[in-house]
Amino acid sequence: MFESLSDKLQRVFKNLRGEGKLTPENMEAALKEIRIALLEADVHFRVVKQLIEAVKLKAMGQEVMQALSPGQQVVKIVHEELVKILGQHQAKLRFANEPPSVIMMVGLQGSGKTTSTAKLAKWLVKQGRTPILVSVDIYRPAAREQLAVLAREIKIPIWIGEPGENRPSELVKGAKIEASRAGRDTILVDTAGRLHIDEELMVELDGLKAQLNPTEILFVADAMTGQDAVKSAEQFHQRLGITGVVLTKMDGDARGGAALSIRTVTGQPLKFVGLGEKPDAFEPFHPDRAAQRILGMGDVMSLIEKVSEAVDQKQAEKMQQKLLDDEFTLEDFRDQLKQIRKLGPLENLLKMMPGMANMPKEMKNAKVDEKELTRIVAIIDSMTQGERNNPLLLNGGRRKRIAVGSGTTVQDVNNLVKQYQEMRKMMKKLTGGLAGGMLGKRMAKMKLPFPTSFPGFGR
Amino acid sequence: MSSLLDRLKAGIAKTRAGLVDKIEDTLKGRKEIDSDLLDELEYALITADVGVRTVTEILEDVRQRVDRKLIGDATEIKALIRRHLVDVLEATERPIVKPAAPPRVVLIVGVNGAGKTTTIGKLAARLKADGQSVLLCAADTFRAAAIEQLEVWGQRNQIDVIRQQQGSDPSAVVFDALQAAKARAVDVVIVDTAGRLHTKENLMAELEKMRRTTQRVIPDAPHEVLLVMDGTTGQNGLEQARKFTESTGVTGIVLTKLDGTAKGGVVVAIARELNLPIRYIGVGEQIDDLLPFDAEKFVASLFEN
Repeated sequence: MFESLSDKLQRVFKNLRGEGKLTPENMEAALKEIRIALLEADVHFRVVKQLIEAVKLKAMGQEVMQALSPGQQVVKIVHEELVKILGQHQAKLRFANEPPSVIMMVGLQGSGKTTSTAKLAKWLVKQGRTPILVSVDIYRPAAREQLAVLAREIKIPIWIGEPGENRPSELVKGAKIEASRAGRDTILVDTAGRLHIDEELMVELDGLKAQLNPTEILFVADAMTGQDAVKSAEQFHQRLGITGVVLTKMDGDARGGAALSIRTVTGQPLKFVGLGEKPDAFEPFHPDRAAQRILGMGDVMSLIEKVSEAVDQKQAEKMQQKLLDDEFTLEDFRDQLKQIRKLGPLENLLKMMPGMANMPKEMKNAKVDEKELTRIVAIIDSMTQGERNNPLLLNGGRRKRIAVGSGTTVQDVNNLVKQYQEMRKMMKKLTGGLAGGMLGKRMAKMKLPFPTSFPGFGR
Repeated sequence: MSSLLDRLKAGIAKTRAGLVDKIEDTLKGRKEIDSDLLDELEYALITADVGVRTVTEILEDVRQRVDRKLIGDATEIKALIRRHLVDVLEATERPIVKPAAPPRVVLIVGVNGAGKTTTIGKLAARLKADGQSVLLCAADTFRAAAIEQLEVWGQRNQIDVIRQQQGSDPSAVVFDALQAAKARAVDVVIVDTAGRLHTKENLMAELEKMRRTTQRVIPDAPHEVLLVMDGTTGQNGLEQARKFTESTGVTGIVLTKLDGTAKGGVVVAIARELNLPIRYIGVGEQIDDLLPFDAEKFVASLFEN
């Protein structure tokens, strides 16, 4: 198992424990580990050097604060430096005073330009803008077709040009005219992927830039890129003057070292991250969050946002009351499971929790059985309304019917009923004994829909 | 054959510049092997994405030889590294599996944007030039216009493409394609799959199912599972290869876009850590820019002018 950066740093910092002052000696081993860890996370070596120097300068001779261990103190310094490099604030998009504004998407082959173009368009619509798409990727087979299909999917207009039109300059000219005609305020231009060393294609981009006068040139970069990220970003920036970066495929397990590198060498802010294949798996880049994720502090902010997006507040409160009143039925149980599933794969959620980096390996690698959840929902779906409200009705015959109906076994049904009853018992204990006390109040305030015992975990 | 070697040289010129030139710069004018020199070497190798483990190994080897006075001169280090790289790469080589009866089934997998479809286009051209009959299977039913993209490659190579609608079950397309291949007595079927991140378990399970489907039609299939990787990928490439191997039994790697990167060192990291052979490397956009990988030749073209 490839040790992640956060694991590494945690281990290093553990070794730093128990010293009163940060000295060249006790820092050296740690800094060396940080250096290797950052290199393994694909941060460019020049950037690593800068970061290490900055941390060294800051940390050396510092009294370790009373409240912190030396390790924590170094974490704090590294975190501050990371945030500094990534940019303190979230960067905004610029638009022209007089519409239409033009946004050009550029980058290497396979970095995710076309998908990002569609996602950005959808995001812009949510911001109240009226984008129109155009693809000038006349090279990759079916690239223009791809954007057209995506445009149809997200219901945003696209300019596909006159039949047989194969010149990028003509295509964007047409898009501009169409934008004015249809009153669209932003033109998104998807360009062909190219290597930064491909002179001919770079000249083409230059020409498009001159013709379009874009307010934004976004460099689309794959989060998994290695040491090379720097070189291509640098070249694109020199040639075109990029104004921002879209970091794609961040839903993978890459630590995103490329983000640090690109930001440093171009000086241009990271503006968006791509987080999946769906058109709305796209969000503004948060420097502090990215730094926290790199340091293994967990992506709590994203987790909270995700939960509040997926969970219907009112329903959650109702559920909470039901729990307290001991009226929690199997049907409620199923609704809760469905809500949890809306949050996406459970393992991703677990990864966002702080402290996961410190968990023992077995715990971290424990598979949350998603199928188990599906099975439970199927079982409950196969019950009658009466059975859901009153599981005591479930005799042998009914259980058999449910098992057949849901494609499970009687044993599975038995298990579920048992789990459900145990959960109720536990809730009763909690709410009964302590309803008026501290815990009861605290629980009433908690709006997360998680039942306390969770099928599928820890089996 | 010499033209092949020339193309290989041209294609990995940047890797050469990034790796070997750096080693040479480090060694230039130095006679004595000291810890400074070794540190610089470590840097040169790591920044070429060779991978920390392999780099540590190489340096350990150098150190031991210095200690045992087997080498006393910095100029010998270059040859030592070269031999080490060849050893690592050759250790993973293994023969291509021949099917009991045609068709040979080749499954192409990888993360999004690695260059799977383009590789298939080039691979099909290569096989056809070798006199084999090829059938393509458009099992990327997810990405918009992926089927159309493969069809363009089919037309360019004059090869049939078995397809269904976008959104249909990829395993069903695989089933169709293999049945067709058997009926038409085709030599090779190449299956294009949708790009997926190795962390998405449900999508990896889908691949597993496709693999099982091939087995249902042809018991010893798939004969080859090629993981297509972007040559500019960093250390995350190892994790990719590991996960794809777990779920689909990857038998070899195709490394693409090597012409654009100075970091071909990842070739070594992958071979070393995963014990998987590199089957092909992509060094350009032309249809014949997919070259079979040969460890000796690859390293030779890195180290020789």
